[in-house]
Amino acid sequence: MSSAAGISRAEVANLARLARIEMSDIELDHLASELGIILNAVAKVSEVATADIEPTSHPLAMVNVFRKDEIRPSLTAQEALSGAPAQEESRFKVPQILGDE
Amino acid sequence: MKYDALIEKYEPVLGLEVHVELGTESKMFCGCATVFGAEPNTQTCPVCLGLPGSLPVVNEKAVEYTIAIGLALNCAIAPYSRFARKNYFYPDMPKNFQTSQYDEPICINGYLDLDVETEDGIKNFRVEIERVHMEEDTGKSLHMGGDTGRIHGADYSLLDYNRAGIPLVEIVTKIVEGTGKYAPLVAKAYVKELRDILRGLGVSDVKMEQGSLRCDANVSLRLIGEKKLGTRSETKNVNSLRSVERAIRGEMIRHSILLEKGEKVKQETRHFQEDTGETIAGRSKEEAEDYRYFPEPDLVPVAPSLEWIESIGQSLGERPSDRRKRLQSAWSVPDKEMAAMVNADLLDTVEASVLLGADPTKARSWWLGEISRIANEKAVAISQLAITPGDVAKIVALVGAGELTDKLARAVIEGVIAGEGDPETVIEKRGFKVVSDDGALIAAIEKAVAALPDVAEKVRSGHIPAAGALIGAVMKDTKGQADAAKVRSLLLQHLGQPE
Repeated sequence: MSSAAGISRAEVANLARLARIEMSDIELDHLASELGIILNAVAKVSEVATADIEPTSHPLAMVNVFRKDEIRPSLTAQEALSGAPAQEESRFKVPQILGDE
Repeated sequence: MKYDALIEKYEPVLGLEVHVELGTESKMFCGCATVFGAEPNTQTCPVCLGLPGSLPVVNEKAVEYTIAIGLALNCAIAPYSRFARKNYFYPDMPKNFQTSQYDEPICINGYLDLDVETEDGIKNFRVEIERVHMEEDTGKSLHMGGDTGRIHGADYSLLDYNRAGIPLVEIVTKIVEGTGKYAPLVAKAYVKELRDILRGLGVSDVKMEQGSLRCDANVSLRLIGEKKLGTRSETKNVNSLRSVERAIRGEMIRHSILLEKGEKVKQETRHFQEDTGETIAGRSKEEAEDYRYFPEPDLVPVAPSLEWIESIGQSLGERPSDRRKRLQSAWSVPDKEMAAMVNADLLDTVEASVLLGADPTKARSWWLGEISRIANEKAVAISQLAITPGDVAKIVALVGAGELTDKLARAVIEGVIAGEGDPETVIEKRGFKVVSDDGALIAAIEKAVAALPDVAEKVRSGHIPAAGALIGAVMKDTKGQADAAKVRSLLLQHLGQPE
């Protein structure tokens, strides 16, 4: 996605595919225009992002936040699985990942 | 197309990606343990399960280990590097993304020099390293139902997230070209050298069979003289050194057959099959994957100080290649024997025996000889045999002191491997002990002389070959545990004959 304002219907369709979200044609048209407005708003930031401003990925100017290599107690398998929609043999059970290709 | 024919026409180009699980106590971004083989989902927490509200924090040891790896591979350490999210929809990461590094890896531009043993002697190659970056391992999937336990056609999958979040380092080479027919050997030598370096650094247990060291091999062919790269395939699941060589050779042959038929090589991921030595197609990569990388907002950048990097550099220790040279010269090992020892992965083991006092030549010959033979016979790795470097040192010492003959030593080794106990226990249980006490031997000699007076007389009169019968009688009397040379010498002395 470029920093230029706007997003095409095809780009939205591709994102939906990557995110595994099924969308109808009407939804795609609708979202392409709505996301375009949002992107335009966010794009205003680039007006102040001049060459003398460093890109940042974090609001605080911090580096090197580390923890010591020490073991802390884990959850039990039961606790870990408590939110799982399905489980089997103490493992998370998930639907078929790839269809027959 | 046969290998010999294809290398006349095509040039292989390789790219190798090695993943290594670091041997830290805890995971990359949380305090969960990293024990191999624990009960499923007993080493997880809100951070590595990606539960809402949890925050990752970088394991300092993992950063230190990665810098050590970068330095050992002659890389530059980036003064500033960041983590990124690699987004994908595969349930092996419960977060739906893997925390990795993308455009700002921690180590860049290194190289590794290799001495590759080929049928034409030792050849030198330099493999250039593109980058070394930090990431986290994924969970383990079991694919249920369907026919083969493979992901295609499975009805559902079961996930164990114990491994998800274990610190993982990815080491990526630049394009490896100009290796010609030696390409499979160069790749194998590269992974082996890398493994030895990582082991020497103590940053990983580098067990390929357990997956703590894994290699993905990108292979393509182009006509000799052609500049443009051919289409590559990426072979995964290559989990032994031998497989690295086989997989690359196999892919070269497969590509050449397609190209000769005028067909195209598909850019795809393939899986190596240990049993057949062939690869089978996996996910197709024709549609370039779109991982939508973006900087990880929950982690701050890593900016190692020069002092830190320097202190890690000073603690690196000896390079495996320097160590090999040092040991070869200290033990006076001929080139060929040295190569045999390195190939059989026996350097550490022999050194351990030597450090426990064994003579290097003797220790080497037991490990490379009798013990390797037994391992071969049982079709197991030497490391799986129940014999330790200490046992071998003890046996070498006993033989040196004349308390064991070579023949008895072999039996002791067999006994130790059969689980009968340490060498002393085996010797005692089996009643082995070289009768070296002269008194006992002389008594046996006198007995033999008394029993065979005619033979003794012949020897006394100078017919030395007749002594054989007497020596035989003594050996029989001492149940074969006397040193025959010693018996001979004492016997001749007893009968007034010069040796």
